[in-house]
Amino acid sequence: MSAPALTGASRPRLARGVKRDIDKARGTPILQAPERVLVLDEVADAILQRCDGAASVAEIALDLAAIYHAPRETIEADMLELLEDLLEKGYVQA
Amino acid sequence: MTAIQPPLSMLLELTHRCPLQCPYCSNPLELARADHELPTETWCDVITQGAEMGMLQVHFSGGEPAARTDLEDLLAHTKAKGLYTNLITSGVGLKPARLARLVALGLDHVQLSLQDAYMKEADRIAGLKGAFATKQAFAAEIIEAGLALTINLVVHRHNITRVGAMIELADAMGAQRVEVAHTQYYGWGLANRAALMPTREEVETALGVVETVRAHYRGRMRIDHVIPDYYADRPKACMGGWAQRFLVIDPSGDVLPCHAAKSLPGLTFDNVREKRLSDIWTGGAAFEAYRGTQWMPMPCRDCDRREIDWGGCRCQAFALTGDAAAVDPACGLSPRHATVRDLATSEAAAPPPPFRYRRMTR
Repeated sequence: MSAPALTGASRPRLARGVKRDIDKARGTPILQAPERVLVLDEVADAILQRCDGAASVAEIALDLAAIYHAPRETIEADMLELLEDLLEKGYVQA
Repeated sequence: MTAIQPPLSMLLELTHRCPLQCPYCSNPLELARADHELPTETWCDVITQGAEMGMLQVHFSGGEPAARTDLEDLLAHTKAKGLYTNLITSGVGLKPARLARLVALGLDHVQLSLQDAYMKEADRIAGLKGAFATKQAFAAEIIEAGLALTINLVVHRHNITRVGAMIELADAMGAQRVEVAHTQYYGWGLANRAALMPTREEVETALGVVETVRAHYRGRMRIDHVIPDYYADRPKACMGGWAQRFLVIDPSGDVLPCHAAKSLPGLTFDNVREKRLSDIWTGGAAFEAYRGTQWMPMPCRDCDRREIDWGGCRCQAFALTGDAAAVDPACGLSPRHATVRDLATSEAAAPPPPFRYRRMTR
């Protein structure tokens, strides 16, 4: 039973064993995951910081739209693309 | 040439002692005895050094890492240094109370091996009656504790037809990630190659099954798939490249670029009792030997994949050609590629010889 496609109403969270962290040696935000490390850019880090299983994608997009002065729709579309990829790879659950 | 980046992670073979006797074990044929193992304080110092170098993850492995009574101390020390921790275990001999202590200390992830979907077969492969049932109970404890669980499935001729059932079982056990690892033929695996080699048809069917079920588990359980070398067209990027991102420390403290590196003749290995880990990583002879692309033969050196697969696997090149610097025969461009395929085909066609179980010699 595969997970349904993510929408604005999805409430994503980091999968078990996945943690946001800072790679001090390389000076970049990362996701620590089972036997893997994913290097994040600032935007991805800002998104994942808010993925707590309570906030919806739409709510997070609204929040980020204010911070980055960008249209909410654009941010939501970018978020869904990123989160689908991370869900596929097991970093994120919804 | 760019500066050498520190490794992302290190795998600590805390011990070669193990309750299981899997015939494809990645440990060397010559297993280290308990009295050769590093003491707690040396392991802790090594972990401190790793953190200072900028490593991110520590894998506790073996043998069975829980055979070390100081596993809790080592885990606590690693967490204090801010590193991500992974326990690679047989699940046998790790009692619930002890697991609870490891969880309380902040263990991040467990990788549990599963030998087969059927109890009787699984116990036969592990060489231990009751192993399968113990693992099932252990997995339930992991999930109950809220830990992330990866199930590692080593696939070979005795279980390859049940790869779908094994993945299904991993899901039922609560795994969020499953690693389908076709047997790698080094160490004990190499010694048992004929007993383990599946046919090409079996491999192709299994690859199809894995790709089909992958979509089914999307967003629920990730499937990582290690393709079998002997039937591949391009080599794997072994260890993500020799001395690029990973190191192994064996029970005696020797620092290795991969689990099987001691099978290579002519390499000398530095020991953490004598040298700093960072010096070993950046200047140790074994790490320098095949780092980057300088050492490569033709056609690897001119290949547009040279920084993708990093020349494949040195231990495999040596095992199959007698020359550790040869083109990895898993690659279709190796002059030995067809020979290796034929070898695999003929071994798989013959009845399997009995296992040579992984045991310490007395």
